[in-house]
Amino acid sequence: MGNPLKRVFSFYSDGFRSMTVGRSLWLLIIIKLIVIFALLKVFFFPDLLQTEYDNDADRAEAVRQHLLTDKTSNP
Amino acid sequence: MNDLFSLVDWSRAQFALTAMYHWLFVPLTIGLSLIVAIMETIYVRTGDQRWKNITRFWMTLFGINFAIGVATGIILEFEFGTNWSNYSWFVGDIFGAPLAIEGILAFFMEATFVAVMFFGWNKVSRGFHLASTWLVALGVSLSALWILIANAWMQNPVGMQFDPEQMRNVMDDFTAVAFNAVSMHKFFHAVSSGWTLAGVFVMGISAWLMWRKRNVDMARQSFKIGAWAGLIGLIVTLYTGDGSAVQVARVQPMKLAAMEGLYRGNVGQEIVAFGILNPDKKPGDSLPAYDLKVGIPYGLSILANHKMHSFVPGIDDLIDGVTLTPEGDTINTVSYAERIERGRQAREALGRFHAANAAGDTAAMQAARADITEDYKYFGYGFLDKPVDAVPPVAITFYAFHIMVLLGGFLFLYCLLGIYVSKWKRGWFEKPWLQWLGMLSLPLVWICSQAGWVVCEVGRQPWTIQDILPTRGAISDISTGSVQLTFWLFAALFTLLLVAEISIMCRYISRASKTDIENNNNI
Repeated sequence: MGNPLKRVFSFYSDGFRSMTVGRSLWLLIIIKLIVIFALLKVFFFPDLLQTEYDNDADRAEAVRQHLLTDKTSNP
Repeated sequence: MNDLFSLVDWSRAQFALTAMYHWLFVPLTIGLSLIVAIMETIYVRTGDQRWKNITRFWMTLFGINFAIGVATGIILEFEFGTNWSNYSWFVGDIFGAPLAIEGILAFFMEATFVAVMFFGWNKVSRGFHLASTWLVALGVSLSALWILIANAWMQNPVGMQFDPEQMRNVMDDFTAVAFNAVSMHKFFHAVSSGWTLAGVFVMGISAWLMWRKRNVDMARQSFKIGAWAGLIGLIVTLYTGDGSAVQVARVQPMKLAAMEGLYRGNVGQEIVAFGILNPDKKPGDSLPAYDLKVGIPYGLSILANHKMHSFVPGIDDLIDGVTLTPEGDTINTVSYAERIERGRQAREALGRFHAANAAGDTAAMQAARADITEDYKYFGYGFLDKPVDAVPPVAITFYAFHIMVLLGGFLFLYCLLGIYVSKWKRGWFEKPWLQWLGMLSLPLVWICSQAGWVVCEVGRQPWTIQDILPTRGAISDISTGSVQLTFWLFAALFTLLLVAEISIMCRYISRASKTDIENNNNI
C-alpha cells in the first residue's frame, strides 16, 4: 500500500507527466492567472472602498454621500 | 451629466463584455460534464471499450473548455470592487455569501474530482472514477446555483432589510434569498440551457467527423447522446422558461412589456411570434408599436398568467399605474411618477437619519428610519428624473427575446430530427445536408444562449437591484477614461484567449479526424 501522501503525490506527478494537450492548457492557465492577478488586479482593479477608506464607518459614509448627492437627480 | 452617463455606459459595457465572454464557456462546461458522465456510465455498465474511448475524447474537450473558462468569472468580481463599489457595499453580504459558497464548492468539488477524472483512468476503480465524473458534473451545477441565486436576488430583492446606519442591506431570511421561485426557475433554466448547448456542440463536432468520414461509429453514437441531451435540456428549458415568465410578470412587469414591445396591454393579450418594431415609437405617444407583426391570440396572457383572458399591462399602463386584475377589474397600482416621489422621500429621510445620527438625536433617527422603511421599496426611483427613465431599452430586449425563442424552436426540431435519424434513419448520417446542418447549428446555439442573458440583463435596466438601486446609483466615482482603457484591454485579452481556446480545440478535433480516437485521447 505505501505512504498515502506519497501515493497522492505520485498520482498527480504521473498525471501531469502523461499530459499531452494539458501542457498547453496549463501554460495558458498560468499566463492567464498572472495577467488576471498580477496585472489586472494590481494595476487596474483596486477594491476602491477597501483601499481608500480605513474602516467600515468611513466606507458607509462614502456610500451615503454618493447616494445622497447623485449628480443627475433632483430630489 | 454627460460624463456620468458615459461612465455608467462604459462600466455596463465592460461588465457585459466580461459576463458574455464568461458565458461562452460556462454552459458548455455544465452540459458537457453531464454528457461525459452519461457516456462513462454507459461504458461502466456495458464494459464496451468503445464507450471508454468516446468518453475520453469528449472529456478532453471538456477539459480544454474548463481550463480556458476557469477564472474568467473572477474578473467580474474585480469589476464589482472597482466600477461598482457603491453597489458592492450596498448589497452587503447578501451578494457576497452565495459567491463565497460558490468559491468553496468550486474549489473543493471541481478541483478535487477533476483531477481524478483526468488522471485516474486505470489508477482508481471504475466505480470511483465514475463517481468522480458525476461529482464534477454536480459540482459544476452547484457552482452555477449560487451565482444564479446572487443574480436572481438582484432581479427580485427579498429576504433582507436596509440598515441606514451601515448603509447596507442585511439578510434576514436566507431561505427566501436562496430558494425563492425566481432563483429556482433561473437556476434550472440556465443549467438546462447548458445541456442543450453542449448537446448541440456534441452533435456539431460529430457531424464534422462524419463529414470527414473518420471515427464515424464514435461520431454516430455521440450524435445520438447529444441529441437526447439537447432535447431533454430544451424540454426543461421550456418548462422553466414558462415558470420564469410568470415570475417576470409578477416581479418585473416592465421587463415583460419590453420583451414584447407592448405599450398598451389588453385582456386576452396576444404574443408576438415575429415582429419588427417601429423605431420612432416612444412611451406615451400614439404611434403604432410595430411596423410588422405576426401575433398568436391570447399567447401573452397565457404565458404571463396561465389564464387566457387575463390582463397583461404594457409599458404605458405601468407608467400610468393603471392595470387590471386577472378577473378584468380595473385597479390603480402606484404610478411611476408617484414612485419617483416616494423614492425621493426615502432618500430625503436617509439624509435626515444621517443628520440625526450625527447630532445624537435618537428620536429623530427612529422617525427617519421608519420613513425610509415605508418607502424603501421605491428607493431607486428617487434617482430617476422622469418615469420613462425606468423603461429598459425596448428594441434590444424585444429582438433578443424573439431571437432566443426562434432559435430555441429551431434547436428543438433539430434535436428531434437527431433522435429520429439515430433511431430510424441511420442512412441519413451519410447525407451532407445533415452533416452541414449539424455544423451550422453550432454558432446558433451560442447566439441563442447569449440572447437569453441579454433579455435577462438588458430587460431589467435601469436597475442593478430591482426598484431599489439604479446603475447610476451603483457606480463608483472613477474616471470614464480608466473604464474605457480596461474595456479595450479586456476586449484584446478575451479575443486572444478565445482564439487560443478555439485553436487548441480545433487542433484536438482535427487530430481525431485523422487518427482513430483510441490513439488520441490523452489530456
